[in-house]
Amino acid sequence: MSTDKLVEDLQEVLGDGRVRVDLLERDLYLKDASIYGGGRPTAICFPKTTEEVAGVVRVCAEHEWPFVPRGSGTGLSGGATPIGNPVIIATSKMDEIISIDPEVRIAWVQPGVLNLDLTNQVAPLGLHYAPDPSSQQVCSIGGNVANNSGGPHCLAYGVTSAHVVALKVVLPDGSIALLGDESPEPEGYDLRGVFVGSEGTLGIATEIAVRLTPNPPSVRTILLVFDAVIDGAATVSGIIAAGLVPSAMEMMDRAAVQVVEAFTHAGLPTDAAAVLLVEIDGLAAGLAASEETISEVATANNAREIRVAATPEERELFWKARKSAFGATSRLAPDYYLHDTVVPRTKLVEVLEKVYEIVERYELKVINVLHAGDGNLHPLLSFDSREEGVLERVARAAEEIMQASLDAGGVLSGEHGIGVEKRDFMSRMFSDGDLAAQDTLRACFDPASLANPDKIIPEGSRCGDFALAYLATTGKPLPKEVWV
Amino acid sequence: MNLTGLDSGLDVGVDSGLNAEHDIELLENFATEIGSEGSVTVRGGGTQWEVGGLPKADAREVKAPTGVWSFAPADMVVRCGAGTTVAELNEKVGRAGQMLPFDPPSPAEATVGGLLAVGQNSYRRLRYGPLRDLLLQIRFVNSLGQLIRSGGPTVKNVSGFDLCKLMVGSLGTLGFIAEVILQCQPVPEASRWFSGEAMTIPNKLLTELWQPSSILWNGEQVWVLLEGHRRDIEAASQSAGLAECEPPVTTELTSFGKDSRRISLPPATLKQLPKYFPPGSFIAEIGVGIAHLLADQEVPADMLPQPDQRSVALQREIKARFDPSGRMNPGRSVWRDCSV
Ligand SMILES: Cc1cc2nc3c(=O)[nH]c(=O)nc-3n(C[C@H](O)[C@H](O)[C@H](O)COP(=O)(O)OP(=O)(O)OC[C@H]3O[C@@H](n4cnc5c(N)ncnc54)[C@H](O)[C@@H]3O)c2cc1C
Ligand SMILES: Cc1cc2nc3c(=O)[nH]c(=O)nc-3n(C[C@H](O)[C@H](O)[C@H](O)COP(=O)(O)OP(=O)(O)OC[C@H]3O[C@@H](n4cnc5c(N)ncnc54)[C@H](O)[C@@H]3O)c2cc1C
Repeated sequence: MSTDKLVEDLQEVLGDGRVRVDLLERDLYLKDASIYGGGRPTAICFPKTTEEVAGVVRVCAEHEWPFVPRGSGTGLSGGATPIGNPVIIATSKMDEIISIDPEVRIAWVQPGVLNLDLTNQVAPLGLHYAPDPSSQQVCSIGGNVANNSGGPHCLAYGVTSAHVVALKVVLPDGSIALLGDESPEPEGYDLRGVFVGSEGTLGIATEIAVRLTPNPPSVRTILLVFDAVIDGAATVSGIIAAGLVPSAMEMMDRAAVQVVEAFTHAGLPTDAAAVLLVEIDGLAAGLAASEETISEVATANNAREIRVAATPEERELFWKARKSAFGATSRLAPDYYLHDTVVPRTKLVEVLEKVYEIVERYELKVINVLHAGDGNLHPLLSFDSREEGVLERVARAAEEIMQASLDAGGVLSGEHGIGVEKRDFMSRMFSDGDLAAQDTLRACFDPASLANPDKIIPEGSRCGDFALAYLATTGKPLPKEVWV
Repeated sequence: MNLTGLDSGLDVGVDSGLNAEHDIELLENFATEIGSEGSVTVRGGGTQWEVGGLPKADAREVKAPTGVWSFAPADMVVRCGAGTTVAELNEKVGRAGQMLPFDPPSPAEATVGGLLAVGQNSYRRLRYGPLRDLLLQIRFVNSLGQLIRSGGPTVKNVSGFDLCKLMVGSLGTLGFIAEVILQCQPVPEASRWFSGEAMTIPNKLLTELWQPSSILWNGEQVWVLLEGHRRDIEAASQSAGLAECEPPVTTELTSFGKDSRRISLPPATLKQLPKYFPPGSFIAEIGVGIAHLLADQEVPADMLPQPDQRSVALQREIKARFDPSGRMNPGRSVWRDCSV
């Protein structure tokens, strides 16, 4: 089918310069930060305003042509990956902070604003934007909204959904709607809540009202060292059971610590089985009491060392170690696959032990960096894709880890989303009726199935085998620089 | 204190696992009772029966299953039937030093399902966030009489569309809540109300105080709920020049009576309240945007946020697709000025 008329109509809305169709440029948009690919966009559009997005979407709707919203392309589940030949609507030129109200702590931003840029902008006001994914320097707030992204400090402060007040969106028919407003209990159904986490399948967020969070009066960062992973995990549960919700609780296993230490020289003990990074914030007396409780719990669970960051520099160093974990793994092997599942906190040990067992059986290497406080596992399988049959082993292992998480009462994804990666596994978590209800909601927003179709909800015709889906979409060695 | 965390070790009269399925029969009975035909309404404690209009007279009345079915203190997660009263739920999780900060005025009657369906938030929302953020998983019965699950039992989850959010505040017009999994909160060590004079809006307290649980203001006086460590509360109240007082929610707010009106405003507009209402005739939740008004006061139309028409159309589409025959709680509407 000729796409000339489609492109012409798009150019009518945006002008030639902001509708890109040359092959070289289109090939920059074959994937997000995941390994999933397969399609090639027909055109990439760079609107600047809500009205321009609406214009572009209306053209797509008229041509019955699918479109895929795209932020910074750091997604890890293939959410922004084109399937077939959609139009990609990139928000990178929608990067303005529209307004900031420091008194009631609400900011309106365009979706292309980068997560950390917003925090930096409001820092002089003593405020920050709380959801802090590790990718925060580069990911967009629109992408955060679409994936309901989390970060280490979401343990106490809540994931993206808790920080989105209202949304202006362009619906898949090209019309504009305001979902929610700045009042606390807007009339009607909570469409704002429904839109967050919908991975670009319900339309495009073009203006986003987010809540800003005051910076804590003081912070304490504690590093706990264990000779057994089970003790680290028991400490996590113990801290929660003792009535504390730290602002962050992150764990690394031995393999992770070794990789990180070689890279950052943060002074982490490379012979430890696990280190736990616990951060608490608040007022003086509460902080002191919490610190004491954490020490007690850690000691009762055989912590061999309890180190409180003495200076802001030491705190920075602890966090640098945690945040560079994935970057540092390129030292282990050329390729890796990052998993994302969640289990009840009390099942962490059980599932981690399964992860080790599975990985060993498939002769793979794993490092574990966990948002332990949330029960969010991120096993990272490292391998060399030149090795014969390794892709299939990775795929099988990943599938077993996912099943082990589900069996432990967990869920498919904690923060990376379903995208194409886990779409065909949705039926392992949900019944046909559950999925039909989800699809009903999708169809209310997008009866013509034009907004990022083929994501989240499995199609009957799709095969449910992770390994096959994986090989079919890649078919070739993984890119050298999958950066996670 | 349970230091190991691995063994919930607490006898709260419920199963400790989150996957116990012995109650599934109760859920299925509820679904069967709702069935797929005829008008049907669901009653909780009946404490908010009139919200959104009375159900049509021919609607069959059902009740959601009751019981706190599992509770894992080290996960801070509880699973219960939607017919469970807020008092029972809080009594059970309270044994492990946890709570659901829902605070309905009649907790012994108000049910978890009714509370979520109505969607009114506690005066402590400033600290604990809205109800909807504590709802992790839901099982509801749809208009076909099927039991539908959404969300998941973990505190973090992005697996598919979030129907939990859709159900909160939907007044039972899209489906009836059968069972929920909720995220509990630790009971704070201390919890005290303070008050002071405030002729202008006390927004400054929002910046001065660290995570206040509630700031209420009536145009001449401010009340602040501080929760946390005793000594921190002491220090904070002193530096803000506040004096300890009786909880205004049981004195001032209840004195507004049953006919008081509760409106939801952008928090930035609360400062305009004294222009329309004399001091003492309103109580505003600062930083949140809820205002309680003494009965018989006219609310200027331009004060309330105007619903976006495209969004309302979308909501109607949702109602039409989830409940094509209009049998779920007929007569009730989630919109102020129109019926479904
Ligand atoms: C190194 C690294 C670390 C990461 N760490 C974390 C982490 O700690 N926590 C975490 O949660 N995630 C993490 N991620 C994943 C990723 O960064 C997040 O999912 C992020 O929110 C994606 O934002 P993006 O702008 O890159 O979106 P994209 O990848 O461009 O898009 C993601 C999805 O959002 C949709 N979308 C984008 N913009 C819009 C819009 N305006 N309206 C509607 N839909 C839209 C797309 O269609 C797609 O489905 C990490 C990724 C990397 C590469
Ligand atoms: C701080 C605070 C103050 C409040 N003040 C008042 C007050 O002064 N007066 C007052 O009346 N209320 C007040 N409320 C709200 C009230 O507490 C709740 O709305 C109430 O708990 C409703 O519960 P119920 O079981 O009594 O519901 P019901 O009154 O039985 O039902 C209310 C509505 O919910 C629907 N419903 C009930 N159960 C379900 C279910 N399982 N699934 C789907 N829909 C269902 C019903 O059909 C009906 O439409 C207040 C709430 C808070 C948080």
